[in-house]
Amino acid sequence: MTTNFSTQLRSPLYYGLVTIATLIVLAGLYAVHLMEDHGHIITGMNNQIVWGIPHIFAIFLVIAASGVLNVSSIGSVFNKPAYKARAPLAGLLSIAMLAGGLTVLMLDLGRPDRIIVAATNYNITSVFAWNILLYSGMFAAVALYLWTMMEKRMYPWSKPAGFMVFIWRFILTTGTGVIFSFLVARQAFGTAILPPMFIVISFAWGMAVFHIVQSAIYAWNKLSLDEYVQKRMRNLMGVFVIAGLYFVATYHLTNLYFARQTEFEKFILLDGDVYPALFWLGYVVIGNLLPLLLIYHPALGKNKCVIAASLLIVMGGFSLLYVLIIGGQAFPLSIFPGFEVHSTFGDGAIGSYSPSMPEILLGLGGVGISFLISAVGIRVLDFVPREIPKSN
Amino acid sequence: MNDTNTQRRQFLKTSVGAAAVAIAPGMLLFDMAHGKSEPVSGKVRWGMLIDTANCADGCNDCVTACNRENGLSGGLSATDSQWIRKIELKDMRTGRELALPMMCQHCEHPPCVDVCPTGASFKRADGIVLVDKHLCIGCRYCMMACPYKARSFVHEPLNDQNPDVPRGRGTVESCTMCVHRVDNGQQPACAEACPNKSILFGDLNDPESEISRKIRSVASTQVRADLGLNTGVRYQGL
Repeated sequence: MTTNFSTQLRSPLYYGLVTIATLIVLAGLYAVHLMEDHGHIITGMNNQIVWGIPHIFAIFLVIAASGVLNVSSIGSVFNKPAYKARAPLAGLLSIAMLAGGLTVLMLDLGRPDRIIVAATNYNITSVFAWNILLYSGMFAAVALYLWTMMEKRMYPWSKPAGFMVFIWRFILTTGTGVIFSFLVARQAFGTAILPPMFIVISFAWGMAVFHIVQSAIYAWNKLSLDEYVQKRMRNLMGVFVIAGLYFVATYHLTNLYFARQTEFEKFILLDGDVYPALFWLGYVVIGNLLPLLLIYHPALGKNKCVIAASLLIVMGGFSLLYVLIIGGQAFPLSIFPGFEVHSTFGDGAIGSYSPSMPEILLGLGGVGISFLISAVGIRVLDFVPREIPKSN
Repeated sequence: MNDTNTQRRQFLKTSVGAAAVAIAPGMLLFDMAHGKSEPVSGKVRWGMLIDTANCADGCNDCVTACNRENGLSGGLSATDSQWIRKIELKDMRTGRELALPMMCQHCEHPPCVDVCPTGASFKRADGIVLVDKHLCIGCRYCMMACPYKARSFVHEPLNDQNPDVPRGRGTVESCTMCVHRVDNGQQPACAEACPNKSILFGDLNDPESEISRKIRSVASTQVRADLGLNTGVRYQGL
């Protein structure tokens, strides 16, 4: 299998895809250069929508990087052989997406040249600063975990390393959720449900990314995935999608119960700009209902359906983040509750945001980096899942 | 005393004199650039009391003065910096209308300082909340955290800056309470410019200061007092 696989990876299609990804990364870097030259004025971000499309890409990648490790955890921590065989690939994808996401976050800074300041001046009360440690620690933890899985002499350490990664990624995704939970004055954020919500949706998004990559590798190798493994992984993804939807529903229902939050919910769910359409169509229908239909309908659930469901889950993920992060900022701050306000600085007004090409390219560049790391990693090291017969 | 000695003395005197003349302006400039050498006192807490009843509708003098003092363009697009702005309010239940200036509230527990990863956002001992432009990496987390929308991000390269008020593209900025003026014993530009003297600036910690005496005798409120940030800026008649 390895021989065939290596041959496949020397095909023109492989080099073609790597070239395209390289060009996307270069386009992203050029966008960064433009942003450096002209300032953030060439992005769609402004003083009200301060985090935009780059953050959507970055947060999606970071969350999925944590979630994809679920595959490893189920293998190492819960001893499921079908998942154990896939743990190295999950580890590689995690590192790849983490690298892509963090690159985007870093290059979107107003002063990316000062990134070293973030390491030398550390504010202990800042959740951002905690995340710097969590993200860099995650790289180290996953790299160590991969080593224990790929080096025979280290096999005995694989379980403890897997357990460490299992704990670490929980804390990491909690940290990402807490970035928003700590924003006390924003109606979209400032709630303790966000960290667990991020953890649960990370499972679904990570599984979706894993399915897409695994299917691509198998299709490329003209291999077919074991029916039993396919079914287990597909059903697990379905459960995660339902759990994610439950958390999102709880978040909105709780908000709807608070009189002070109803205006905000009306904005997100009913009449606010593009956000209701993105929420209902993008997240609920495309990101949840259709994938669940594809996964659980008795006549469906085959390989192609699972790939389609995974792609839809990823699209739904982007929609949800757009609604939560951009929509959450577009809704005006309630500085004077009970008053109608207006000013020259957008007080009381819905913030407008239209993403510009440079910031979209920056975000896509992050995806390109993730793709390149995965493609090269799979090419040079042994990351292809090998079926262990009689999975339990 | 021989001739050589006299010449040597003369030479030394001239050298010392020349050195003094050469160094003195530098020392003076160094002093000017670095301001006072003694640290800011924590015994002081600078604050403001804004009387909304006297804040005239349509008057923008505080905003203009702030822009002039701090070298801001005065542009009103969504990407322009506005350190102070006039907000017009209408009570949705009673219909009462009023206007007031809004800026950094210089909180005792500033969320921007809590969330800043590098410590660029900081609070001076005298309560003034500032951004260290050399440490700010431009992540904008402070803008997400500020309940008052008081901060602006510099979206474009800057020219013609006021030397007393350094700013930087790609960094976040906000009202400094005109710290460069306050340190020289002056009032913030907005307080000085207000034609109705609606902005009263002073030391909240000094029981005998005008601002302390006034907040003892009139009802004043902090904006979003429910957040418990204990702002340095208070409003009367809100």
